[in-house]
Amino acid sequence: MDCVVTGGNVKVLAKAIHSLSRIGDELYVEPQDDGLALRSVNSSRSAYACFLFAPLFFSRYTIPSGHAFRCKMAIKSVQAVFRSLASLEKTVEKCHIGLDEKKNRLTFTLHCKHGLLKTHNLSFQDSESLQAVFDKDSYGNVFRSHPRLLVDTVVHFPPSLEEVTVSVSDERMWVRNHVEEEDRSKSMLTELCLASDEFDHFAVTTQNSVTFCLKELRGMLVFAESTGLPVSMYFDEPGSPLVLSVTDSVLEGNFVLATLSDDSNHRKNNSRREQTPPPPPNDDFMDDDMDSYLIAMDTSIAPGPSATRPPTPPLAVSTYSKQPAAANHRSRLIAEEQEEEEEEEAELADSAGPPNKKFCSLFFGSVLPPSSQTSTQPVTNQEVLASDSEDDEQ
Amino acid sequence: MKFRGKIIDVACLNHFTRVVTTISKLTKICVLRLTPDNLFFVLSGKVANGGVSMWCELSQANFFDEYQMEGVSSEDNEICLEVTPENLSRALKTVQNAKAVKLKLTKKHCPCLTIAAELPTLSSISRVVTHDVPVDVIPRRLWHEFKEPSMPDFDVSIYLPPLKTMKNVVDRMKNLSNFLVMEANLNGEMNLKIETDLVSVTTHFKDLGNPPWGDDASQDGGPSQSRDPEDMAQARVDIRKLQQFLMGQQVNPSKAMCNIVHERVVHLILLHEDVSLQYFIPAVA
Repeated sequence: MDCVVTGGNVKVLAKAIHSLSRIGDELYVEPQDDGLALRSVNSSRSAYACFLFAPLFFSRYTIPSGHAFRCKMAIKSVQAVFRSLASLEKTVEKCHIGLDEKKNRLTFTLHCKHGLLKTHNLSFQDSESLQAVFDKDSYGNVFRSHPRLLVDTVVHFPPSLEEVTVSVSDERMWVRNHVEEEDRSKSMLTELCLASDEFDHFAVTTQNSVTFCLKELRGMLVFAESTGLPVSMYFDEPGSPLVLSVTDSVLEGNFVLATLSDDSNHRKNNSRREQTPPPPPNDDFMDDDMDSYLIAMDTSIAPGPSATRPPTPPLAVSTYSKQPAAANHRSRLIAEEQEEEEEEEAELADSAGPPNKKFCSLFFGSVLPPSSQTSTQPVTNQEVLASDSEDDEQ
Repeated sequence: MKFRGKIIDVACLNHFTRVVTTISKLTKICVLRLTPDNLFFVLSGKVANGGVSMWCELSQANFFDEYQMEGVSSEDNEICLEVTPENLSRALKTVQNAKAVKLKLTKKHCPCLTIAAELPTLSSISRVVTHDVPVDVIPRRLWHEFKEPSMPDFDVSIYLPPLKTMKNVVDRMKNLSNFLVMEANLNGEMNLKIETDLVSVTTHFKDLGNPPWGDDASQDGGPSQSRDPEDMAQARVDIRKLQQFLMGQQVNPSKAMCNIVHERVVHLILLHEDVSLQYFIPAVA
C-alpha cells in the first residue's frame, strides 16, 4: 500500500480522523478499490462513522493487490500524527502512508518544509470488516444545509448534554434536549425551532421525532464546519438510524447514529403523538398572550409536583419512560428482545401507557462485499462480529 | 402571579447576562425576588453556605424595555423564586445576538422561568429558541428570610484595592492557608494576612481611601467617632469564600468597598451604575 496526500488534503484527512475520534477509540482502515475507507464505531455500537476518500483525493493511490487488507489501530496514535492542525496547514507539504505487512505497521511520513521528515510507525491489528447496514436514500425525511446552521443550533445546548430530540413537521424542525422522566422536574429544557427555508433542502415524508446522542453530531460538525461542505441529514422512524453525510467529488463521510425506538406494542401512542406535532411557534413574537402564561399558584404551601394547573400549550414532550433494565440503554440490542419487553411503566398520568424506549443498535454486515448489502437485510440476525478468523474471506 | 419582561437592547442584554453569570459563580442556588421596580438575587446566610450571604439589587428599568409583573397579591406585590443561576446564565449566554429576549414565568412541567429569544436569520422566519429553567416558588411565609440586610455596625469602612490585584494575592495565599485575616483602618490602609506554622505572609495596601460615612460609622454616632485612624479592625475569614467572591467578578465596579466588623463579619459592597452587590463573609475564630 502506497498512498500520498498532498497540500490542503492533508488537513482534510486530519480533520476526518479527529472527527472519527469523537465516535470511537479505534480507527478501522480499509483500502478499497473505490478509495480508502476510514471507519470508527463506539463501544455500544450505537454510533458509526465512515469516511471514504476516493483515489482522486490522493496524488498517488496504490493498494495491496490480491488480498483485501484491513486493519484497526488505536485512534489516539493516529491523531498524534496529525496533532496540531494549525501548523499542519503551514508546514506539511505531503503525507505518505505506507504499509509494512511483515511488521504489522502502517507508516505515516509527513514531508514538511525545509526538508523535514516526520515518520510515525503505527502498529495495527488485523480486524474484521466494519460496515453498518443503512440505506439513507430510502429514508423519508431528508434535509440539507450549510454546517453553520447546525453549529449554530448545537451551541444552545450545553456541552455535557447527552441526547437531543429532533422533530419535524412540513415546515419546521424543532431541536430540543431529551430529558429522562426522573429528571424532568429539575432539568432545564431548551428548544430551538428552525424554519424550512433555512435549509437548502427540506423534505418531510413523515412527521415524527427522533432522539439521538448529541456528542456524535458534534463530532461530524467538527469536520463539516472546517470544510464548509453541506451536511445532509436522513432519518425515518424512531429506532431506525439517523444518517448525516457530507459529500464532495473526492470524499464521502457518513455518520450513522442510533435513535431511541418506541416499543412496537404501543403503536397507537406513537400515531397519536404524530398527529399532534408541536404547535408552530407564534411568528409574531411580539405579541403572545400573557394569559396563556398565567401562573396562579397558592403560595401558602410550597408547590409540589401535584400542583394542578392547566398546562400551557405543550411542548411535544416525550411521554416515554425507560425500561429500568435497559440502564445501559445504548447497548447492543437485537430486535428479538423487543418482544420480550411487555412491561409498561405507567409513570405518567397523561398518557395511556407510555411505551418503553431503548436505542436500537446498528446492524452490522459481516464480511460481505459491498454489493450484496441491501437495505432489506433483516434486522433480526447479524450479530456484530468479534474478530473470528473463520469469517474472514481471504 | 405573572411576570413578563423583554430586553431588546444588546448592551442591556450583555450587562444582564454578566450580572447573572457573576451571581452564578457566587452561589449554586439563590432566590430571585421580583418587585415592580427591581430584581433581587438573594442568598440568605445559612450554615449550609458557611454563613455567607449575598444581596444583589438591579433596577429593572435599566435592563428591560418591557416589564410587567403581578405579585402574589396586591399587598404583597412580589414574586419570590428559588433558581439555579447557572442555568439562567447558560441560557442567556447563548442568545447574546438575539433581536429580542423575553423572560417569562411559565408553568411547563413545573414552574419555570422561560427565556425565549428570537434569533436573527437570513430567512424570513426568525429562529426561536426557548430555555425553560425550572424554579421553585417560595411561599409567602418564608419571605422574611430574604429581606434586605441592614448595614452592619461596622468598625472600619474602606475602599477596596483593584479587585484583580486582590484576586491575584488571594489566589496565591490560598495555596498556603485556609484562612486569611483581612484588616483595615480609617487611614486607608488594608492588610491581607495569612499565618501558618511555617510561614506568614502579609500584603499591604496603602492610600485606599475611606468612604465618607466611615467618619460617623456607628449609627448612634458614639465611641467610633473617636476611633484612632491607625487602629485596625480585623476579621479572619475562610479564604475560599473570599476567593469565590473575587473570581466571580466580571465587570469593574464603579465603587468597591469593604466594611469590617471587628472579628465578626466582612461586608463587601460593589456598586455599578445600575447594579449593587453586597456580600457578607462571617469571621471564624
